[in-house]
Amino acid sequence: MSSGKEITYPNDLKYAATHEWVKLDGDTAIVGITDYAQDALGDIVFVELPTVGMELKAGESFGVVESVKAASDVYMPIGGAISSTNDALTNSPETVNTDAFGAGWLIKVFPYNAADLEKLMDAATYKSKIESGEIH
Amino acid sequence: MELKRTPLYDSHVALGAKMVEFSGWEMPVQYKGILDEHRAVRNAAGLFDIDHMGQVRVTGSDALKFLNHLLTANFSAMEINTAKYAVMCYADGTCVDDTFVYRLQNEWMVVVNAGNRDKDNSWMNAQADGFDVTLKDVSEEFYMLAFQGPKAEEVLQKLESFDLKDLKYHAAREFSIHGERGILARTGYTGEDGFELFIPNAHGKHVWDAILDAGKDDGVLPIGLGARDSLRFEAKFALYGHEIDANTTPIEAALGWACDLNKDFIGRDVLLKQKLEGTSKKLVGFEMLERGIARGGYEIASNGNVVGVVTSGMPAPTLEKNIGLGYVPPELAKVGTEFDVIIRGKPTKARVVKTPFYANRARGR
Repeated sequence: MSSGKEITYPNDLKYAATHEWVKLDGDTAIVGITDYAQDALGDIVFVELPTVGMELKAGESFGVVESVKAASDVYMPIGGAISSTNDALTNSPETVNTDAFGAGWLIKVFPYNAADLEKLMDAATYKSKIESGEIH
Repeated sequence: MELKRTPLYDSHVALGAKMVEFSGWEMPVQYKGILDEHRAVRNAAGLFDIDHMGQVRVTGSDALKFLNHLLTANFSAMEINTAKYAVMCYADGTCVDDTFVYRLQNEWMVVVNAGNRDKDNSWMNAQADGFDVTLKDVSEEFYMLAFQGPKAEEVLQKLESFDLKDLKYHAAREFSIHGERGILARTGYTGEDGFELFIPNAHGKHVWDAILDAGKDDGVLPIGLGARDSLRFEAKFALYGHEIDANTTPIEAALGWACDLNKDFIGRDVLLKQKLEGTSKKLVGFEMLERGIARGGYEIASNGNVVGVVTSGMPAPTLEKNIGLGYVPPELAKVGTEFDVIIRGKPTKARVVKTPFYANRARGR
């Protein structure tokens, strides 16, 4: 849990208003939920991820992240095909809390629709929208 | 609508709490995290701000008669300075609210749920016709907190000259704090030993701070509503709006033990009939056999047909299992029976288990 700790917004990522991040790794896009999102959810106890090969559009739900209290959908920040899922989260879903931008990644997308990237926010914009309460 | 705040609002924020809206109040849902807080109450002790709960004082020569008419439990043989759980029913047997009733030296006090406070006051007043009783909502006079867990007695004893061992389960005691009256009771909603305190409002923060300070070396933590829910859930205490509401009766909710069907009270005829003839649905506890977490509102199905609904569900922190409570037809209520919980469209196997899921020495109401 990062409660009481400063929320981080790495500069090298793109952000969706639904609190997913995207990191480009060559032709593959890595997707996870943001530090703000994991902090808001609290102790994450269950992660449900899609089947590899499934093709989804930007904005479609690709899985569910559950805390003790509630289940929350997670949405594709960019369209594309699911090329890999982070199966380590089945046994240690709390990694999403402890390392949201690293070992707590959720899916890899390849190929992805590059045009969708333009609709995402940079770190400064995402941060300012959260701090102003425009997105929550 | 303006959200109400308890006198401890600033303290919660300073302790790093996440504040959420709950029944018209701005309350802490968690401080450190629900799992840590849950375990602190099971293994040490935890302090809860429950000032959103309502209290209604009942006085007058017909107070006992009125409460016996209004509520499912029988208060006739109840000793002074004790507390008892009871359900308040409509004439059709469904639930207005569930309550804790305190018999004190010169009055009775009914503790009600925050979200039902206005409705309860109206209902109680409407039933009081013909009784010599005075009802007064005294929620604003008292600050209410709960201190629960195996170390609660030891820590609270550091602050209290009265020997807490003499305060038996469900006993209450009036005391004086700076010349004002407070009430201390051995009651709770966690499945652990512990206390609930009614403190004159002006001293609420002082008592909160004193207990946290006295317990700082014993693992005592402030506990939010998130862990309050997971704790009561493991102990199978009903939560209004989930296990009980205006569509369910205490008999269906397995609260028959809180109903004295030998006396007359509002809703009694329906409950007696259900007790004798059976009900079309029963509350059961279940554990998930396949991967998935049941949540309140999810459907329960058997052989492809929807037959019931989940009332509460989550991973149980103490049991480390995904468990739930829900209503099913009586033929599916036996321990060992399997059915499906529909999780995001997918039938997921579950099995009826014995409840409560978790029981400690302070089990029960």
